[in-house]
Amino acid sequence: MTRNLSIFVVKKIIRLLLLLLAVSFITYLLIRLSPIDPVQAYIGADMMKVSPEQRAAIEEYWGLNESFISQYVHWLASVITGDFGTSFIYRTPVLDVIADRFISSILLLAVAWLLSGVIGLLLGAVAAMKQGSKTDHFIRGYCYLLLSTPSFWLGLLLLMIFSVWLDWFPIGLSAPVGITTSEITIMDRLYHAILPAITLSIIGIANVCLHTREKMIDVLKQPYILQARANGLSGLALFKRHGLRNMILPAISVHFASFGELFGGAVLLEQVFSYPGLGKAIVDAGLNGDVPLLLGIVVISACFVFLGNFLADMFYSLVDPRIRREKGEAGL
Amino acid sequence: MTRKFWVPAIILLLFFLFPFLISGERFSIHLMEKNQAPSFSHLFGTDWLGRDMFFRTWKALQLSIGIGLLTAILSTICSFFMSTLAMLNQPMDRIISWLVDLFLSLPHLVTLLLISFTLGGGMKGVVIGLVLTHWPSLTRILRAEMLQLQQTTYVQMSKKLGKGFWWRAWHHFVPHILPQMLVGITVIFPHAILHEASITFLGFGLSAEQPAIGIILSESMQYLSSGMWWLAFFPGFVLLIVIVLFQLTAKGLRNSLEKDYSYGQITRN
Repeated sequence: MTRNLSIFVVKKIIRLLLLLLAVSFITYLLIRLSPIDPVQAYIGADMMKVSPEQRAAIEEYWGLNESFISQYVHWLASVITGDFGTSFIYRTPVLDVIADRFISSILLLAVAWLLSGVIGLLLGAVAAMKQGSKTDHFIRGYCYLLLSTPSFWLGLLLLMIFSVWLDWFPIGLSAPVGITTSEITIMDRLYHAILPAITLSIIGIANVCLHTREKMIDVLKQPYILQARANGLSGLALFKRHGLRNMILPAISVHFASFGELFGGAVLLEQVFSYPGLGKAIVDAGLNGDVPLLLGIVVISACFVFLGNFLADMFYSLVDPRIRREKGEAGL
Repeated sequence: MTRKFWVPAIILLLFFLFPFLISGERFSIHLMEKNQAPSFSHLFGTDWLGRDMFFRTWKALQLSIGIGLLTAILSTICSFFMSTLAMLNQPMDRIISWLVDLFLSLPHLVTLLLISFTLGGGMKGVVIGLVLTHWPSLTRILRAEMLQLQQTTYVQMSKKLGKGFWWRAWHHFVPHILPQMLVGITVIFPHAILHEASITFLGFGLSAEQPAIGIILSESMQYLSSGMWWLAFFPGFVLLIVIVLFQLTAKGLRNSLEKDYSYGQITRN
C-alpha cells in the first residue's frame, strides 16, 4: 500500500521537475525576447554615466554575449545549487526576497482559502438541499454575480468603505509604519491582512459554492438517498449522514485545484491594498525589468499551482479507501 | 432564439454602439469642472482633470467589449486548430496535451503578465496574452469531443473511402463542433474582459492614454483617500453590468442551442 503511494509521489515529482524545466525555459525565452535591456534595468538612472567600454565589460561579466542556450544552462545550474541571482530592485538575493514575501502571502492565501472553502461549502450544500427554492436562487444569483465582479474593483470598494470611511483597517502595508521588522508582532501582520484576505475569500466563494452545489445535487439523485428518505431521514440528519460524506471529497479536491486562481487574485489584491507579498513583488519586478526576481517568482508560482493539484490528487487517495483500493489493484 | 437571448444581447449591442455617438468634446479636459461629485450634468462625476467620467467610462467599455470579443473568437479558433491537430496522430496528440498542461501550470495572471512583459505591453501584448491563456481549457473539451467523433462509423467510413484528414476535419468535425465553439466563445468572453481589465490595472496592459477600465481604476487609487469614491465605483459597476448582461445572453444562447440539439436527436432516432 505505502509502496504504491510512494511510486505515485515519485511519478508526480518527476512530472513536476519536467514541467518546471519547460516553464523556466519558456519564461527565460520570453524574457530574452522582451525589449528590456538587462544592463539598463540594473543600472537604472545612472545609465548616462556608464561608458560603452564599461557597458561591454558588464555584458562580458554577465555573459550576455554568450548564446541563449548556454545562458539558460548557466542560470539553471545556479538555480539547482539554490542561487536564483540577485534582485535588481531590492539588491538582495532573490531567494531571500521570495522567502520574506512568501510569509506575508501565505498568511493571506491560507486565510482566504480556508474561509472561502468553509463558507462556499456550506452555501453550496444549503443551495443543493433546497434546490429550486428561493434560497437556492438567491445563492446561485449571488455566485454568478461574484463571478462577474472584477476582484480588484471589489477590493477598491471594501478599501473605500472600511479603511477610508469607517477607518477600521489600515490602508496598506503588512505592518504599521515607523517600526523595525523585529518589532512587528504577529497581531500586526494579521491586522493588516484582514481586509485583503476577506476580499480574496469573497471572490473565492463562488467557485467552491457552485461546484459543491452540483456535486450535492448529483449525490441527492442517488438511490441510497431515496432509501434514506424512505426510512424517514430528512433535513440535517440526511445531510450529515449521507450527503456530506459523499459530497465533501470532490468539493475539497476542486478547492485544492483552485490554487492558480487564488494566486492570481492575490496578485491583484496585493496591488490594491499595497500589501507586500509575492504578488506585489512580481508586479514590481515586471514593471522595473527585474529579470532574476521575475524568473524566481514565476518558478515559485508554478510550484504553488502544482502543489494544489498534487494535494487534490493525494487527498483523494489518502482519504477515500475506495480509490486507494482501485489504484492499488491497477498498480497505479 | 427566445426573448431571454435577444433582450440582453440588444442592450449589449447598444452599449457597444453608444460611444460612437459621443463627440470627443464630451470627455476632453475641462479644468473648470474638476473633482465634481456625480450630478445631473455629470452622471458619474468628473476626475481631477475635469473629464466627464460617464462618457469616459463608456468609451472604455467599448474598448473592453471589442477586445473581449476579439480574443474570445481568436482563442476559440486557436483551440479548434489545436484540437484538430491533436487528431492528426498519436505523437501530435501527446504534444498538444502536454502543451495544454504546461499552459495550465501557471496562474493565468502570471502568464499574461509574462507575455505582456515580453511584448512590451500595449494592445498587441494584451490580445496575444489573452489568446494564449484562454485556449487550453477549451482545447481539452474540444479534443475529448473529437476523440469520440473520430470513432463514429461515418467518420471511419469516410476515412476508408479515401477522404483526407483535412477534408474529414472540415466536413465532419466543424459542423459537429460548431455549437461547442459558440458556447466556448461565450464562456471565454467574460474571462477575457476581466483579465484585460486586471492586467491593465496592474500596469502591463493598455497604455495610459487609452480609455480603459483598468486604467481608470488604477488612476482612481490615488484619489480614494480624498473621498472621490465615484471615480472607482461607477466604472467598475458598469463593467460588472456588462458581464452580467453577457452571462444572461450566453445562457439564453446555450438554452436554445441545447433545445435544437436535443430536438435534432429526437428526430434522427
